[in-house]
Amino acid sequence: MGALTLTHFLVLGALLFATGVLAVTLRRNAIGVLIGIELMLNACNVNLVAFSRYTDRIDGVVYAIFVVMLAAAEAAVALAVVLHVFHHAASISTDDYTEMKG
Amino acid sequence: MGTGDGIGIQLAFFAFSALAVGSALLAATARKIVHSAFSLLATFFGVAGIYGVLGSDFMAVTQVVVYVGGILVLLVFGVLLTDRIPDEFRVAKPRNYLPAVVASGLTFLGLAWAITGTSWARLPHVLRTPAEAGPTTERIARSLLTDYLLPFEFSSILLLVVLVGAARVARGGTR
Repeated sequence: MGALTLTHFLVLGALLFATGVLAVTLRRNAIGVLIGIELMLNACNVNLVAFSRYTDRIDGVVYAIFVVMLAAAEAAVALAVVLHVFHHAASISTDDYTEMKG
Repeated sequence: MGTGDGIGIQLAFFAFSALAVGSALLAATARKIVHSAFSLLATFFGVAGIYGVLGSDFMAVTQVVVYVGGILVLLVFGVLLTDRIPDEFRVAKPRNYLPAVVASGLTFLGLAWAITGTSWARLPHVLRTPAEAGPTTERIARSLLTDYLLPFEFSSILLLVVLVGAARVARGGTR
């Protein structure tokens, strides 16, 4: 085994991202879709931190911190919307969210 | 510095990667959404370990505090609050499997093609080991309060808006 290279971390990020895509497309539960989105955000954070390490600049980590902040905000808002729609439509399945009229 | 990372670091990388990817796959395919949410816990710890391998101590701690302590708790709350689900909605329909696997497989192949096709030779190999670079917290703080001050302030406004907005939306609003 040689040393760890940037490619190792990028491939790990790609694997996590593809898993997130799998969760988003496979899940019929709206919360499952949110889980997939969190996986994808984690995947890009892995990439950002890896680039930060391999360029020896701190900017990548700063971007990753902004992504974490956005992920927290996104989870809070998305969960509020899901709960609201759940009370409205009495279902958590994304297939039932066909009507978007207020 | 030497030619590369020690064998311990490499083993840690592969162990944490296996933990993260394996539990992520479980999170994507578990039959019950509760299992999915809890295997996401292992994914977050695996990714935190990867940050540790990368020598990014602050990100590793942030990952555990924000994702495990915040987002995961939020997701579990969501699962528990939407518990009254008929069983057939908990599992994907079998006819959904093929498109989902094709979509994620194509995503991975495209990313892998781009990663392996790019010449990373212009990036320096590893300039400093984590031990030589030291803790990252001070550099992050300096960067946030100088170069990234405007986005930093905007993010505080965004968080305030999210706080108010999420509370209002979740309560159902007043039509």
